[in-house]
Amino acid sequence: MFNSLLARMQQKHRTIAFPDGPPPPLPDRFAGRPIIHPERCPSGCRACSDACPVGAIQQTDRLRIDMGQCIFCTECVAACSHHHIEFSRDYRLAARNRTDLHINGPEEFRFAAALDHHARRLFGRSLKLRQVSAGGCNACEADVNVLGAVGWDLGRFGIQFVASPRHADGLLVTGPVPENMHQALLKTYEATPAPKIVIAVGACAVSGGIYKGHEEVHNGVCDLLPVDLLIPGCPPHPLTILDGLLRLIVKMEIDKPA
Amino acid sequence: MSESATSNWIYLSNGQAADIDKLPVMEMAAFQETILHEIENGARISALFGQPVADETVRLWAILSQDRRSLLLPLCTDTGADYPALTPRCPQAHRFEQEICEQWGMQPLGHPWLKPVRFHAPYRSTAINPADAGTPEIGVMPFFRVEGEEVHEVAVGPVHAGIIEPGHFRFQCHGENVMHLEISLGYQHRGVERHMMSGPGGRSLHYMETLAGDTTIGHATAYCQMLEALSGTGISVRAQVLRGIALELERIANHTGDIGALAGDVGFLPTMSYCGRIRGDVLNMTAVICGNRFGRGLVKPGGVGHDLDSALRRELHQRLNAVEKDLTVAVNLLWKTSSVMARFEGAGALRPEDVEALGFVGPTARACGLERDVRNDMPGGIFRFTQIPVSTCSSGDVMARAHVRWLEIQRSITFIREQLDSMPDEAVRAPVSPLQPSRIAVSLMEGWRGEICHVALTDHHGRFAAYKVVDPSFHNWFALAYALRNQQISDFPLCNKSFNLSYCGHDL
Repeated sequence: MFNSLLARMQQKHRTIAFPDGPPPPLPDRFAGRPIIHPERCPSGCRACSDACPVGAIQQTDRLRIDMGQCIFCTECVAACSHHHIEFSRDYRLAARNRTDLHINGPEEFRFAAALDHHARRLFGRSLKLRQVSAGGCNACEADVNVLGAVGWDLGRFGIQFVASPRHADGLLVTGPVPENMHQALLKTYEATPAPKIVIAVGACAVSGGIYKGHEEVHNGVCDLLPVDLLIPGCPPHPLTILDGLLRLIVKMEIDKPA
Repeated sequence: MSESATSNWIYLSNGQAADIDKLPVMEMAAFQETILHEIENGARISALFGQPVADETVRLWAILSQDRRSLLLPLCTDTGADYPALTPRCPQAHRFEQEICEQWGMQPLGHPWLKPVRFHAPYRSTAINPADAGTPEIGVMPFFRVEGEEVHEVAVGPVHAGIIEPGHFRFQCHGENVMHLEISLGYQHRGVERHMMSGPGGRSLHYMETLAGDTTIGHATAYCQMLEALSGTGISVRAQVLRGIALELERIANHTGDIGALAGDVGFLPTMSYCGRIRGDVLNMTAVICGNRFGRGLVKPGGVGHDLDSALRRELHQRLNAVEKDLTVAVNLLWKTSSVMARFEGAGALRPEDVEALGFVGPTARACGLERDVRNDMPGGIFRFTQIPVSTCSSGDVMARAHVRWLEIQRSITFIREQLDSMPDEAVRAPVSPLQPSRIAVSLMEGWRGEICHVALTDHHGRFAAYKVVDPSFHNWFALAYALRNQQISDFPLCNKSFNLSYCGHDL
């Protein structure tokens, strides 16, 4: 008993102030939302798209990074001698639509909008999620799990991960969805009572990530289920995931600076 | 074993390549007798896999680890549609022979337990193994079953109650007592090995980084060490130091998280809460080095992608001090709480003779008193120059596995401190030349779960003719099934977490 109390005093209160206070500091070498400077890009140069291991960079009429496919390895930055791509330190990556994750140039990124009024009334103060790992490598899973630890304390926003889809308001899916998890994922979705939402976390769940195009997988969850929130990254930082979840249920002002 | 038979064997050390053409292709009987003889003398099977050489022929490769001599013995033989199974005489081959059958269709005759491993279509379609014969349906197989009026069966998964990966567990119970547990995996199969063939390619390193995401450094380093061996590239000591620091940070982070989760599984919330947070602090130290909490982009062929200046080294020292202080309080609280100890002690015990016979690795083996640690037995990288004492315990139960992990955390902290202060002033990355043709190399790492074994063969053009990955979980899932025998089913989460094995690392 005394040992427990002494340990409790030593460990102190550790829950972060965010979103009311500043977010926890990100490492100096953190790679956040990519920024493109198309004016610096000479025509005919394909150095960045050739260097991308996952084909996230397209050069049709203009340069485009698909942030849903990007694994933030920054190989493109290393390959480009014109500095036309840089990775900012902005951790806010979540979007509501797949096409919002296409970064074309200096345009404003469209942050994930809140659920509609009806859904917010249902889920805004209590959102119970069932996590389904479908081919996830346990990195996305770990950084979703960590949100439940005392530092992030997801429970204070009314968001909780529950043991059964029957108790859930939606699914949070990680991984590229292997064929061997296809049926289990669909069954879990069916077992979740409507109305329900689906959240895709990580490059694999959003697009297949580095497993895109493998016969063994389904290139993520987007072609299988209606997805309400996409959180890119490999894996996304816990702050990125939290930011996305809070935007969905309006626990955070949309225009709040990073 | 006659002298003439052994004189043309080629031994390898960890991260060393040899000419494939100089390795004799043995007769099946001699191949199997040699494996049995070596195992009798203390060797282990680190890998056993097939490489297609002709339409209806597969070459079987065995990599035997002679831990006491720090040497690896590669052996090979050719087989047609079937061959006499090794498993009845060598239990640690059982999973490997199932895998060879599933991938290439070669039937191990007399295998006592021939079931699917990952439930995928064969890797190639041949007359003996037509791909259009149909892919096995995931999870559908003849489970071992105990019959009786008072016997009941419990099926769990693939989707579990927590935020964890999918797998199916089938218990045969009498009341609370588990008579048998069978584990059926494959739900995470993404086809990594198949896509490594004819590599290396642009995605190869990223496959390795996500093979088991919590072991990014372990697998990425094993892969890079492999490329360096096959291309004859030497890397700087500074790069080796940085890889070593990252590997031990990965170990500390995962062991910390698991000790916390073990506390949670017996309902002891203080240590659970503290360790959950401290684990994040350790992941953040890896992010200080490379920007990513799991070490993505840190280990690169030829060295590492990021260096540490003196300011960052100082910062890591400070963070490590804070982690050590908080973690010591959190973990010692666990040992002092008798209700926790009552649950840990005696739960899920394994016997050392079973560990030896079935070839278990890592903290699982060390918790039974076996000094089995790649960093010590087959040192590669920085571990050739500096040693971390091997941490062991003797009781083989949940308590022993928790205690071994805590010992390892403390020794890894000491190691990181020493290494941060002894980094030679060098470049951290060297260019890697193309892979040499017709070579074989074995790359071993002691990941936090145990031995990571990568084996690669190159073809005449210097491309991968085969790339075999053996995650420690491939050996150790059976240890969990074994540990559950005659335990209460309510202790399953506790036993499971004391191993915390990888689903994706097994399923590839």
